[in-house]
Amino acid sequence: MSDLFNGKISRRTVLGAGLAGASMLAMPAVLRAQDKSLKVGVYGGYFKDSFEKNIFAEFTKATGIAVESVAEPTGEAWLVQLEQAARAGAAPADVSMMSQVAMLKGQSTDLWAPLDMAKIPNSKNLIERFVNKYPDGRVAGIGAVSWYITLVSNTDVFKEAPTSWADMWAEDKADKLGLLALVSNSFLLEVTAKTFMGGTNALDTDEGIVKALEKLAELKPNVRLWYRDEAQFEQALKSGEIPMGQYYHDVTGLAAADGNPVRSTFPKEGGIQDSGCWAISRASKKTEEAHTFINYMCQPEVQAVLSRKVGTSPTVQRSLLDLTDEEFAAVSSEIEPIIPRYDLYQTKSDFLNQKWTEMIAG
Amino acid sequence: MRREPPQRLADYGPLFFPAGMLTLFFVVPFATMIAVSFFQRQQGGFYTPDFVFDNYARFLSLFFGKVLGFSLFLAIAVAIACVVLGIPFTYLLARSKRRIQVIWLVALLCILSLSEVMIGFAWSTLFSRTAGLTNLLVWLGLVSQPQALTPSFGAVMTAMTYQAFPYTVLVIYPALVRLDPTLTEAARTLGASPIKAFFTVVVPALRNTILATLIMVFIFALGSYLLPQLLGRPQHWTLSVLITDQAVYQSNMPFAAAMAVFLVLVSLALVGLALYAGRQKEAK
Repeated sequence: MSDLFNGKISRRTVLGAGLAGASMLAMPAVLRAQDKSLKVGVYGGYFKDSFEKNIFAEFTKATGIAVESVAEPTGEAWLVQLEQAARAGAAPADVSMMSQVAMLKGQSTDLWAPLDMAKIPNSKNLIERFVNKYPDGRVAGIGAVSWYITLVSNTDVFKEAPTSWADMWAEDKADKLGLLALVSNSFLLEVTAKTFMGGTNALDTDEGIVKALEKLAELKPNVRLWYRDEAQFEQALKSGEIPMGQYYHDVTGLAAADGNPVRSTFPKEGGIQDSGCWAISRASKKTEEAHTFINYMCQPEVQAVLSRKVGTSPTVQRSLLDLTDEEFAAVSSEIEPIIPRYDLYQTKSDFLNQKWTEMIAG
Repeated sequence: MRREPPQRLADYGPLFFPAGMLTLFFVVPFATMIAVSFFQRQQGGFYTPDFVFDNYARFLSLFFGKVLGFSLFLAIAVAIACVVLGIPFTYLLARSKRRIQVIWLVALLCILSLSEVMIGFAWSTLFSRTAGLTNLLVWLGLVSQPQALTPSFGAVMTAMTYQAFPYTVLVIYPALVRLDPTLTEAARTLGASPIKAFFTVVVPALRNTILATLIMVFIFALGSYLLPQLLGRPQHWTLSVLITDQAVYQSNMPFAAAMAVFLVLVSLALVGLALYAGRQKEAK
């Protein structure tokens, strides 16, 4: 029954996620028919292409395990699908790259198979905060990659790079900004708290959250587009139609390298650092192969390839990497990042969502 | 051929397949949705089977009332715009040469092959400041500098009308072709101008078709959730957009289901009202 219901939702997702969704149905493509195989979910589109080209082929060569890559939609749509499938005992992907909020939500239903750290010796390389644990200490996921959301601008329209998130509130930005439409992926509450209220601790209380939302409401006249679809903003940013906003540092860097008039700036308050974990669905029957895969991904050399080719920030310690200072600067920053208050999106998600929707659509 | 009422069970045979499909793909999912709408939401998780009214209670607020009101208003506006544009267009089409009719109908059918995503992106480019239609006006010297026409209510209306227009024409076309041309000729002979003949003869003769078209486009437009997002500001987001947010992004299935059930009930009520009003008028 719940599967049928889920089928209805995934049709919506297909429409919404557009190409990503369409390719999700066309996938998984079997790379090579082999005895041992593993289905790995990564974000569809550019991310998945890049992983297939630079990572999965090498992994198969090193371990003999064939990888079927599954394009997953961003946001929590994939979490919902994994959960519904797990209830029916199926796993659309054995290992998936999941956001932090999705990791916490999955924990509440024991969706993630606990990882056996003895089988992942390379996990010692990781920065401690990239190990995602259940409240009782079992390991739910291991940091795959991290990325930054920064202040991006069109260089033709704004000759001078912005320096602070506060620039978004300036009067000359009227109707010029593109921002993410959801409270749980824009992290604008954290940005507001860090910029104007002394830090994200200001969001500890409901009053603090309401105050941050009031400050954010002042931003509304400046926002031309609240986007759910990344392609929509990226195109408008490149053409100068919407010359400023928040966007992913990695993709903006690639667009600039292709000759587009765009730049990504780490504001003085810091970029927003978000990350994805590798997690295994409890319905997967390939836990052995999945552990091998996660262990492989924790090697400093593989993380360095990801930084160079995909533009993501590494989850292993800087000292273990052979990245030059320049290469590291291209994917990260020395400025202390704004770390999202993931706890709030679990304990207060409905309150936040309701207030946020009323703020932007009201 | 004489039609006899079905005598044996086997005579109902042809009905089994559609009935089965309807049960499998409509009744079962819809019943599931109603059931889920009463489930208990687990914040930060999923949901547990239960029987609570919380999800409906949350919906009953001024904010969601306004969103529902706007969604209904938008759907009705699109339906009226489609009919107002569609009838004169189809009337002229039905009276033109066969070759021209075929070309137009093929072009309209082509629109149906476009997905909502493509229509949305195409219109957002046409309405943009940097590459849009206003650049043509600048080139013609009508305005001094290009303007962005999106996001706006007009942009949402235009794209949604564009999307529903082929359906409108395809529903009205057969009725207009079948309309006896001697009716308008009689009106003309009796001294009515072409416009008067159109409004006093053609439009009343098509009343049922018009009502059916209005209802069809209304239902069609009510489910739209991508175009308001791509071309509108947040105040132009329909209830369908918020349902998607809850189901896909907040993993709050019970609340999404409750909103969807509410939307279906309200639209059924409106359709029922329209049909009832139509029948009352006919009875007079």
